[in-house]
Amino acid sequence: MRSNGSSVALRVWQALVLLAVFGAWHVLAVPGILPPFYFDDPNKAAFFFGEPLKVLERIGAWFLGGDIYRHLWVTLIETLLAFVAGTASGVAIGIWLALAPTASAILDPYIKALNAMPRVILAPIFFVWFGLGMASKVALGVTLVFFIVFFNVYQGVREVSPVVLANARMLGASRRQLLRYVYLPSAMSWVFASLHNSVGLAFVGAVVGEYLGSAEGVGYLIHQAEGVFDINTVFAGILVLTAFALVLDWVVTVAEARLMVWQPRSGETERI
Amino acid sequence: MSTAISLENITCTFVARDDRSRHYTAVREASLAVAEGEFVSVVGPTGCGKSTLLNVAAGLLQPSAGSVRVFGEPLAGINARAGYLFQTDALMPWRNAFDNITAGLEFRGLGREETRRRGEDWLRRVGLGGFGDRYPHQLSGGMRKRVALAQMLILDPPILLMDEPFSALDVQTRQLMENELLELWSADRKSVVFITHDLEEAIALSDRVVVLSAGPETRPIGEYSIDIDRPRDVAEVRLTPRFLELHAQIWHAMKDEVLKGYAQQRQ
Repeated sequence: MRSNGSSVALRVWQALVLLAVFGAWHVLAVPGILPPFYFDDPNKAAFFFGEPLKVLERIGAWFLGGDIYRHLWVTLIETLLAFVAGTASGVAIGIWLALAPTASAILDPYIKALNAMPRVILAPIFFVWFGLGMASKVALGVTLVFFIVFFNVYQGVREVSPVVLANARMLGASRRQLLRYVYLPSAMSWVFASLHNSVGLAFVGAVVGEYLGSAEGVGYLIHQAEGVFDINTVFAGILVLTAFALVLDWVVTVAEARLMVWQPRSGETERI
Repeated sequence: MSTAISLENITCTFVARDDRSRHYTAVREASLAVAEGEFVSVVGPTGCGKSTLLNVAAGLLQPSAGSVRVFGEPLAGINARAGYLFQTDALMPWRNAFDNITAGLEFRGLGREETRRRGEDWLRRVGLGGFGDRYPHQLSGGMRKRVALAQMLILDPPILLMDEPFSALDVQTRQLMENELLELWSADRKSVVFITHDLEEAIALSDRVVVLSAGPETRPIGEYSIDIDRPRDVAEVRLTPRFLELHAQIWHAMKDEVLKGYAQQRQ
C-alpha cells in the first residue's frame, strides 16, 4: 500500500506532466515566442496546432455559455442507448448460441466474418436507413458493442463449471431456472469483465457517427470547426471528449465494484 | 428394512467423441443396494469409477445397461429424492452463503418467509450463523463444505450421495466435518452412499463398507459390515481394537486392487 504522502507527490508529478505538455505546446505554437525554425511563416504553427490558451478559452466559453451541454447530452444518450441495446442483444444471442450447438456451428463462419469486418464502414448504410439523427449513431455503436458482449457471453456460458451446473440440477433447478440462476449470472460476470471495452466502443460509435454526418453532438462540433479550419475548436472538442470518456470510465469502475462484489480480488480472498 | 436405492447390474461404457471405435468401460455389471437409514461407504483405488457409480445413482449419468431403483421405483432423469455432495466446489460463486443454502427452496418456489426461516436455521446448524452474507470466495474450504452440506440437507432428501466430500480438507478440519456429518445424520438417519478412497474414513463413518475392484470394468468385490457401536467419534474410534482388526481385514482385500490401479496409472 502506498503511503498518503507519496500518493500526494504522485498527483503533483502527474499535474506537472500536464502543465509541461501544455507549456511546451504554448511555447512552440504561439507566434512570436520562439523564432520560426520549421515553418517559414511564424503564424503557421498556430494554424496547424492551435494555441492552448485559445483552446481553453473556447472550452470555457462552451461551458459558461451553455452551448456544449446540448451536444454532450446527445452524445451521452447515443452512447447509453448503443451500450444498452448492444449488451442486451449480445447477451441474448450469446446465451442462445452457446446452448444451441447446431445453430452455433452453422452460423460460426458468418459471425467470424461480421466480427472481422471493419464495421465503421457500415455508417453510410445506417445513414441511409436511419437518417442523420440519433438512430444511425446508436446503430453504429450497437454493431461495435454487440460483438464484444456476444463473444464474452458465449465464452461465459460455455465455461460454466459443470459441477455447479450438476449441483443446481440436483437441487431441483428446471431448465428455465438453470438459465436464470446459473447461465445468466455466469455470463453477466463476463459482460462486466468487458464493461470498460463495451462502454468505450459505444462512445466511439456515437462520436464517429456524429463526425461522419449529423446536426448535433460533440462529434458534429468538431466536424463543423474542421470545415472552417478552426483548429482551436477542434482541439477543444477533442479535450472535452477525452474528459468525458474519463468520466464514463470512472462511472463504469464504480458500477463494477458494486456489481461484482462476489468476485475475489487479489489479496481479498479468504478474509474471515 | 426396505431398500432406499439399488443399482442393478450397472454397466457404463464411454465412447471417445472423436473416434467412435474407442471404448472405455468404467463400470461393468455392478450392483449395490442401500437400505433405509443405512450408511454405506464405497472404497476403491483412484480412478476406478466410484464417481461414475454415484452419478448413475444421482441420475446425472445414464448407464449403458442396468437399472436404478429408488424406493422400489425405476429412476428416470434426475433423482429428486437424493442430495449430492460434490468433491469439488459446487457453490454458486455469485450467491452468498445464505442464498446458496436456500437455492433449492427457491427452485421449489417456497414462500419468502419460510425460506428465510429455514435458511437461518440451517446456517446455524452448520455453525455459520453470522456468515450468511459472505460469498464463497470469502469463506475457508471447511466453511464452504458446510454451506454445501446445508444446501443439500435443507431439502431433506431421504438419500444422500457423497463423492469424496472431505478429500480436499486438511486432516483436522476433516475430522471435525466427519463428526458433524455423523451428528447430523444420526438425527434422522438418512440413507447414505459415501464414496472415498480413504479406508479409515470409510470404516469410521459407515455401517457397511463396499470395496470396488480397480478399473476399468469396476465392480464390487467385497462387503464388510462395520459392527462398531454408535455414537462414534471418528478420531477416537480409530484407536479401538475392533477398528484395527476391520482395517487389516479390508485392507488385505483391497491391497491387490490398489496396486493394480497404481500400476495402470503409471503406464
